[in-house]
Amino acid sequence: MSVELKDIIKEENIVYKKTPVLTDNVMHYCPGCSHGVVHKIIAEVIEEMGIQDKTIGVSPVGCSVLAYNYLDIDWAEAAHGRAPAVATGISRIHRDRYVFTYQGDGDLASIGCGEIMHACSRGENIVVIFINNAIYGMTGGQMAPTTLLGQVTATTPYGRDAKLNGFPMKLTELLAQLDGTCYVTRQSVHTPANVRKAKAAIRKAFENTRKDKGTSFVEIVGTCNSGWKMSPVDANKWMVENMFPKYQLGDIKDI
Amino acid sequence: MAEVKLMKGNEVIAEAAIRCGCDVYYGYPITPQSEVMETLMARKPWEETGMVVLQAESEISSINMVYGAAACGKKAMTSSSSPGISLMQEGLTYLAGAELPCLVVDVVRGGPGLGTIQPAQSDYFQATKGGGHGDYHLIVLAPASVQEMNDFVGLGFDLAFKYRNPAMILADGVIGQMMEKVQLSEYKPRWTEEEIEKMSDSWALTGKKAHRSHNTITSLELDSYKQETFNHKLQAKYHAMEENEVRFEEIQCEDAEYLFAAYGSASRICQKAVQLCREQGIKVGILRPITLYPFPTKEIERLSKQVKGILTVEMSAGQMVEDVRLAAKFKIPVEHYGRFGGVIPTPEEIVEALKKQIIGA
Amino acid sequence: MAKFRGAVVVDKEKCKGCNLCVVACPTKTLDLAKEVNGKGYHYSEMVNPEACIGCASCALVCPDSVITVYKMNVE
Repeated sequence: MSVELKDIIKEENIVYKKTPVLTDNVMHYCPGCSHGVVHKIIAEVIEEMGIQDKTIGVSPVGCSVLAYNYLDIDWAEAAHGRAPAVATGISRIHRDRYVFTYQGDGDLASIGCGEIMHACSRGENIVVIFINNAIYGMTGGQMAPTTLLGQVTATTPYGRDAKLNGFPMKLTELLAQLDGTCYVTRQSVHTPANVRKAKAAIRKAFENTRKDKGTSFVEIVGTCNSGWKMSPVDANKWMVENMFPKYQLGDIKDI
Repeated sequence: MAEVKLMKGNEVIAEAAIRCGCDVYYGYPITPQSEVMETLMARKPWEETGMVVLQAESEISSINMVYGAAACGKKAMTSSSSPGISLMQEGLTYLAGAELPCLVVDVVRGGPGLGTIQPAQSDYFQATKGGGHGDYHLIVLAPASVQEMNDFVGLGFDLAFKYRNPAMILADGVIGQMMEKVQLSEYKPRWTEEEIEKMSDSWALTGKKAHRSHNTITSLELDSYKQETFNHKLQAKYHAMEENEVRFEEIQCEDAEYLFAAYGSASRICQKAVQLCREQGIKVGILRPITLYPFPTKEIERLSKQVKGILTVEMSAGQMVEDVRLAAKFKIPVEHYGRFGGVIPTPEEIVEALKKQIIGA
Repeated sequence: MAKFRGAVVVDKEKCKGCNLCVVACPTKTLDLAKEVNGKGYHYSEMVNPEACIGCASCALVCPDSVITVYKMNVE
């Protein structure tokens, strides 16, 4: 039996399409950037949980500052690193809303280290999505707290040197030590299977908000192929070989 | 029947916040204003009106929590003192840039740096000229009594929401720590969710509704021309404030030949100085700016045509004096007398300064 | 013979040609086009449509959500 493409490409045969919680705006991210995938799976979780009218996002300073152009929910754009404080400010007066922050490694682990520590310590009933690509993307590829030893960036042109630059920071493990966090996990989105797992983790995090369980923290180890100066496919390979040994995937805490 | 009590200025801020329907206070302890949060925590308004109170880990966090709550169209406030207010400047410029209403109470102490915990007025520039980066202003109210600490909480919120702009009560350690008789405001209920949606549907974060596109609170605009347009909009707003919101008090100005310009605590000391002057036959009045921004420029210009000279009296090295000189257009002598670093001027010193710097000059 | 046939439609003007879908596809259905779109990107397209099983792996890893996946039972 010969089946023509036009027979397959019919509305009733759709098994996957863009969620309406994503806007039609073309994302400003570089080709292959992990941000787009993470945006998508957050949007899908919001759609599947039916919480578009109850979700408030807080975007950071960094590449994802403009996240509010892509997810069709109410958003506050926070000062650099302050997203957990802004989310606290919202969540405390809106106990029935799903409040999440979306932050990169510079925003969360460097300038916003104090804010995230204390939001997690207080157990704010929020979700934190932490994108760790070991570099400052927006400002042009400088060293982040999570930059690996030896990794070349614009401000570590000879590779990150522990004596000069200190060590890469595993903030996620630190946050798991705090009593206020209920769920701390590290995921990635470089393969279809990992995308599914990361989405399940984000779903669980939002469900925790529904149950008022405290702070759910989802780190996504991602790529910055522009900052790393690689093709998107090579960046994924580099991430698997270099990032994963330092930043192991999996649940760190789940109570 | 209005409730009259003997209360400390800082305590009154807390009481007035609860009574005016404030939704949330986020703060961090610092002398000389820690009684604000202490009073709130003791009062437990969350059981009474539903008002949320939270001690943050820093002033940086406090003001950003305020940003979050204000973004939701809620009545949000914080309080601090000079070093803490310096830390809040980042948040304040973001609030102004995102056009968010909120109330910030600054109970000023002497600086610079950690300075002293004693009262001062040395943060006039910081309060009235923006304080953080970018072209913006806060609405600045300067109370001179515990009663005004009460009254300006409600007024501050009203103005903040009218203009969608942060408002500041610029007090000092004297007003904050002083006990006085105060007539407390009547209770006003907090706004309901429905009221907030009705008032602020076009911008407040309440969760995206089917009838509207999603709301975004941001101060970012990458297009320079759009950013310039936005800045014009802010300037138009400030111009409207200058036209409509100037508040001031004239004390014994009818026959005045000389003028003290002073706000807050300093204006109270000047009242005694006026009495001493008049006993010596020197006709002095006081122009007390109540709004430091917008500044009573026109009123000072008018009085500058009546009097022979103006002495500004501030607990600073001379900050408001610059605005007074501009208002008087340099047509009459405008001089400054100040004590600072936590030192409060005496009425006698002020009289001597008037004689030496203005009358005898 | 495959029980299911699949097909994908790529919004080629929004595709940035990152190649992640091509690598993610288990049946080598996709490749980057020789032609470029309006932004100058070699967009993704089906080069081997018969091979598509409608697994949506390409769409899952697509950062720009430009892939719609179709699947039908052809038995």
